[in-house]
Amino acid sequence: MPEYPTPATAQDLDQRFAQIKPYMNATMAHYESARCLFCYDAPCVKACPTGIDIPLFIRQIHTHNAEGAARTIYDSNYFGNICGKVCPTEVLCEGACVYNHQHVKPIEIGRLQSYATSQVVNEQKRLFSPAPANGKKVAVIGAGPAGIACACELRLAGCEVEVFEAKEQPSGLVLHGCAPYKIANEDALNEVAWLQSQFGFNIHYNHNIESREQWQALEQQYDAIFLGIGLGATQAAGLRGEDLEHVSGATEYIEQIKLDPMSVRVGRKVVVIGGGNTAMDAASESARLGAEEVTLAYRRPKPEMKAYEFEYELAKSVGVKGLFNVAPVAILGDRQVEGIRLAATRVEAGRLQLVDGSEFDLACDAVILATGQEKRSALVAQIGGIETDRQGRIVVHPETFQSSHPKYFAGGDAVNGGAEVVNAAAHGKAAARGILGRLNG
Amino acid sequence: MPDLSANLAGIKSPNPFWLASAPPTNSGYQIMKAFDAGWGGAVWKTLGVPVVNVSSRYGAINYRSNRMVGFNNIELISDRPLRDNLREIEEVKKYFPHHAVVASLMVGSRAEWHQIVKDAENAGADGLELNFGCPHGMCERGMGSAVGQEPEVLKLITSWVMEVATVPVIVKLTPNISDITEPAQAAAQGGANAISLINTIQSLVGVDIDNFVSYPVVDGKSTNGGYCGPAVKPIALNMVKNCAQHPGVRLPISAIGGIENWRDAVEYLLLGASNVQVCTAVMHYGFGIIREMIPGLENYMRDKGFQRLDDFIGKALPNVLHWEDLNLHYDVKASINPDKCIQCQLCYTACEDGAHQAIRIPEDGSRIPQIIEENCVGCNLCSLVCPVENCITMVRKDDGSRHENWKDFVVAGKAPETFDDERAGGLGHWVPAPTDALKKRG
Repeated sequence: MPEYPTPATAQDLDQRFAQIKPYMNATMAHYESARCLFCYDAPCVKACPTGIDIPLFIRQIHTHNAEGAARTIYDSNYFGNICGKVCPTEVLCEGACVYNHQHVKPIEIGRLQSYATSQVVNEQKRLFSPAPANGKKVAVIGAGPAGIACACELRLAGCEVEVFEAKEQPSGLVLHGCAPYKIANEDALNEVAWLQSQFGFNIHYNHNIESREQWQALEQQYDAIFLGIGLGATQAAGLRGEDLEHVSGATEYIEQIKLDPMSVRVGRKVVVIGGGNTAMDAASESARLGAEEVTLAYRRPKPEMKAYEFEYELAKSVGVKGLFNVAPVAILGDRQVEGIRLAATRVEAGRLQLVDGSEFDLACDAVILATGQEKRSALVAQIGGIETDRQGRIVVHPETFQSSHPKYFAGGDAVNGGAEVVNAAAHGKAAARGILGRLNG
Repeated sequence: MPDLSANLAGIKSPNPFWLASAPPTNSGYQIMKAFDAGWGGAVWKTLGVPVVNVSSRYGAINYRSNRMVGFNNIELISDRPLRDNLREIEEVKKYFPHHAVVASLMVGSRAEWHQIVKDAENAGADGLELNFGCPHGMCERGMGSAVGQEPEVLKLITSWVMEVATVPVIVKLTPNISDITEPAQAAAQGGANAISLINTIQSLVGVDIDNFVSYPVVDGKSTNGGYCGPAVKPIALNMVKNCAQHPGVRLPISAIGGIENWRDAVEYLLLGASNVQVCTAVMHYGFGIIREMIPGLENYMRDKGFQRLDDFIGKALPNVLHWEDLNLHYDVKASINPDKCIQCQLCYTACEDGAHQAIRIPEDGSRIPQIIEENCVGCNLCSLVCPVENCITMVRKDDGSRHENWKDFVVAGKAPETFDDERAGGLGHWVPAPTDALKKRG
């Protein structure tokens, strides 16, 4: 029997997607918080994109003041609970922990953060009350981390905030894209529900803004508009056979796993194309869902993978095999995927070249393309007057997050091209301050 | 193989590790189990007119990940009938004739003292310990620390005991007094053969901030108790040293206070104790800790070339002086080993806020702090807060040629005498301007 047979029940799924950073219990939190040195000018704080006062909240946990700890966290980051679970802490706060210098296990900051915040989220404790209405109205497009963080900060200052979300549920990629063993759907939703109860912004679901007229209407109704629109679908790879059955985009594949895991058709032999964190997730999740062989094919050498080392290690731990310096040439099959043709690559004069005569076929019954997501250029173009860079990212002022169109502010993946939840949360909050500066200025 | 056998005023035991008079010595069962595990002696839970105890009885100080760093109790002396205790003493001695069984005693009148001394000796006790230390409950009835706090009364009662005792008598002292050597001298004057110290320190161990009552709670109310455990060791070490050095005491000492491993025991022995008594550590971890203590002590003695305990008992005493005897020219400065530094900057903030602003953070963005030698007074604080062993060391800067202490300074006219004396030790020592503090606001 394979270690990860195809799950047949919801319990199988839970076990397959068991949390890699489960909630601490009170005893664990007590002993772990006791280890924190309370560094001066702590490196963990500097490593956090939202600058949470980590030594302070750990000290508060240790004095059984979880509510105070949560307040410290939320003062800097509205996605405190979610970030505790999905942040790549190994390269952020925990990677900066001074214990690493002496090969002592760093403080489990992420789990302590989720522990403290879960106390207030689960008990529906009120930590924040919006200021009296200031008469300003802001529309937030997208209920992902950037949009919600922006909405919270704006409501805190007394703005009226309406959030427009194209999908049925909030939380953006936290719900639709984060690996299920990093965060459970209920955790992805509970924090946003709690934030909504604290700050009182409206979210309009299934509400696409898709015409110039709609944008104009928003511009008339609102004093400012924040774009937390994220990225689009998986980019086409331009491969022969890309339209065969059982070829999927990683983003869409993962979204289906997240929302309706039992409906996902997982191949027996899966090839994932790409070397980023999304590729690692797609590969890991395929393996955990019963694929017998999962191959990760990346066109460049291993050290150039964009994925974090620990993400690759996590994929390998469930049996994923890495194949480097190979690029897809064609996807093979009549109607459905039967294989993939790969060719060896090498770098010549700084450019990646296929090696002549190196082509080989790999039999497989599913191909997942993790080759990046499209930018939402059409949508941005529709608004008009918003500058984007050569990669299609919205250009904003680095501090105010205002775009070249004075009424529009933007943050998150649409601005940075795809980064972590914590970066989006930081953007959203900073953009709200930018908006307040403009509206009050 | 070093010889661990101990002799306290004629009370012999195979090793210096005794159980103190306390809950672990409440019964023959416990003491037999302890001796079987390796303990060398035991002072029986105090005998007297049996008491009635309350529940609950204990409270504790937990510090970070450590529980029971300090411990507090409001339990009284034995609540078992005297005859049961005496019968069990006899039985223990039958099985363990070479281990020390000492009867702790606390009664009121001279006649009662005479009676209970005889009873304990008849049961086979190798020695007697007079409990003049209990700081809760019993003292309200004129016993325990009420005796220990009145040297004249202590002396009198000791002399009553000495009228009839035929085995060595230890007087157990209370630390709840300003000068421990006064009751210690009274014990000597009363004829005691040895002293033991410290008994527990009168304390409130903490307050229940939800129910507005101190711990331990008895039906919504509480009372002061006796404090012990690792946290009291420094207080006890100092009192043991004071008694050991005092020319008016000159009695063998059985040391008590926060002992839980061989190192603690060695420290007390170096300050003049002939043996040690342990309670809290056993209440925390059980009798099994003796498995660490005996081989640890043996190893230490082998390493140092000590054959027997007498080779090192009191060996640190000549080096513990009065402040006025210390060399004022001895000069150490902190030194940070950058290879070991983990960049927590605790030394920086400790020195900056808690000491002499003698550590700086380099302006080049490096996180490894640097010592400002001209400001460093050699106080040790940075090396104490540093979480890395031997990362910050104190390096001697004077050449060792000058020896002048405070007394010499006074004689030589170098000691400051007036408020603005030019001879002030800190005169000219750099301190930042008060308003510089506000420039550091984030």
